[in-house]
Amino acid sequence: MSNDVFVLVEHRDGAVADATFELLGRARQLAVAAGGEAVALLLGSGVEALSSKLGAAQRVLLAEDAGLAEFTPSAYQSVLVPIVQERAPLLVLATNTGVGMDVAAGLSMACGLALAAYATDVALDDGGPVITTQLYAGKVNVRVRFRDGRGIATVVAGAFPAEAGQLAGSPIVERVTVSALDGRIRFRRLLRPEAGDVDITRESVLVSVGRGIGEADNIALVEALAAALGGAVSSSRPIADAGWLPRTRQVGKSGLRVKPRLYLALGISGAPEHLEGMRGADLIIAINTDARAPIFGVAHYGAVADLLDVVPALTKRMTG
Amino acid sequence: MDLVVLLKLVPDLAEELEIAADGRDLARDWLSYLTSEWDEYALEEALQLKATSGATVTCLALDTGSVEELLATCLARGADRVVKVGSFERAPDSHTAARAFAAALKEIPADLILTGVQAIDDLDGQVAPLLAAALGLPHVSVVTHIGLAGDGRTATVNQEYAGGLVAEFEVDLPAVLGVQTSREAPRYAPVSRVRQLMKTADYGAVAVTAEGGSGLLVEAMSIPEVTGGAEMISGTVEQIAERVATLIRERGIGLGGSR
Repeated sequence: MSNDVFVLVEHRDGAVADATFELLGRARQLAVAAGGEAVALLLGSGVEALSSKLGAAQRVLLAEDAGLAEFTPSAYQSVLVPIVQERAPLLVLATNTGVGMDVAAGLSMACGLALAAYATDVALDDGGPVITTQLYAGKVNVRVRFRDGRGIATVVAGAFPAEAGQLAGSPIVERVTVSALDGRIRFRRLLRPEAGDVDITRESVLVSVGRGIGEADNIALVEALAAALGGAVSSSRPIADAGWLPRTRQVGKSGLRVKPRLYLALGISGAPEHLEGMRGADLIIAINTDARAPIFGVAHYGAVADLLDVVPALTKRMTG
Repeated sequence: MDLVVLLKLVPDLAEELEIAADGRDLARDWLSYLTSEWDEYALEEALQLKATSGATVTCLALDTGSVEELLATCLARGADRVVKVGSFERAPDSHTAARAFAAALKEIPADLILTGVQAIDDLDGQVAPLLAAALGLPHVSVVTHIGLAGDGRTATVNQEYAGGLVAEFEVDLPAVLGVQTSREAPRYAPVSRVRQLMKTADYGAVAVTAEGGSGLLVEAMSIPEVTGGAEMISGTVEQIAERVATLIRERGIGLGGSR
């Protein structure tokens, strides 16, 4: 057993994910406080050079194999379970993404380690790790500890500053022997999003709609407002799922991360997955019929109202 | 080909949540419940696969004493069989749920197990990967676009990442998938049909034991002060629109001034 803090590195196309840097910065602080090492778990093929980007870690455990060239849940699982079982770290941190969910829950069950999901803070006190997580679409915060004093947390993006983890350096690189990989899941190909008519990451004004829009015909209302503001229409996930707007307009965890000068959140409740993608906007104004909607927690200004009433009134003023 | 869908009820977030007196749980007395949104997508995907492959669809829910309507709705939508699993005073944590489903699936044939990628209350992680680990099966989370091979031995699935990136995987069956969304919106089942089935349905039941818990100790639950962030604008629709327009104009946005 150790007081090390492990971080699973997510990377693609030779770049480490921002969310991983967020975890690495925090892991370093926690490891120093606990008297252990911050350890980056780097799996892939031909990825050793990435370790120079992981300077926030004191040690990189590097597992390389042709079968790890692309993430698959089963191959990662077969590498990570023995590492975590043998080294018994204090904490394992993973991002709350498809990769993190697959890996963390699998590790939890296979290694008998408790798992706290949707973490927004990870701290230490005399009793060990204390995790704050958000449940019920961000409407409830929960503070938990691990019964056995050690465990795993999946952390939502934006919980910690990425800068603290973006340290160049030369951590100790320790190669891990890769034995037989579980090949029951095979990577076929990566599908990249088709370029849309509008790149919402480059727009300075986004008029963003959620379920509160009600029906597809109402999209025209927000398009008129966006035109009046010289901006573009974006959306939360349900609107893209319904096919009312193209996927390229989706803001959030599985969509795009945006940082416009103005983000009008209309009928968007503000699930954590959405907030991840837009909380960095300069000015956020939210209109929602639910006074308790979490969107009001990140908005600068808010109004409890029906967007279908407010939008035409606002459009009239902005075109006036 | 046997498809199994795992479903559960979660608190309806349209209603106000309150914390129990001990500060460690929701005040549950007045909560109303509905089927977890992502489980609905998992069921719809299973029914779509049934339509194209002739597979059977069996729906499982942990028996918390109030899942008849949930299971009857599954039947009304086109599931072939519904089964109550175990007996629980209330919805257990995800680890316990995964162990209970794992025990039940020793008796229920399953080539592909589908459930929601997440639920709003899965504090200790998502059931799909926990169940897969308990059963020693492969699993993929955040899945869309499930396809079954003609020989029924593999499935192809898409896994979504940030920025609209998607990986396509081929997965050996049996496997467990955490479904993000369905290709069609979940189908509607007439309430009258559900009510009728609630009386007549043949609910299968599997007794299971699931112990060990989540290994988490909940110290405190709290409702974040959401209005702490935004400065709230009150008044009539016209007054709200006027204030928002002023805020926007103050920043030089609109009227051609934004780019």
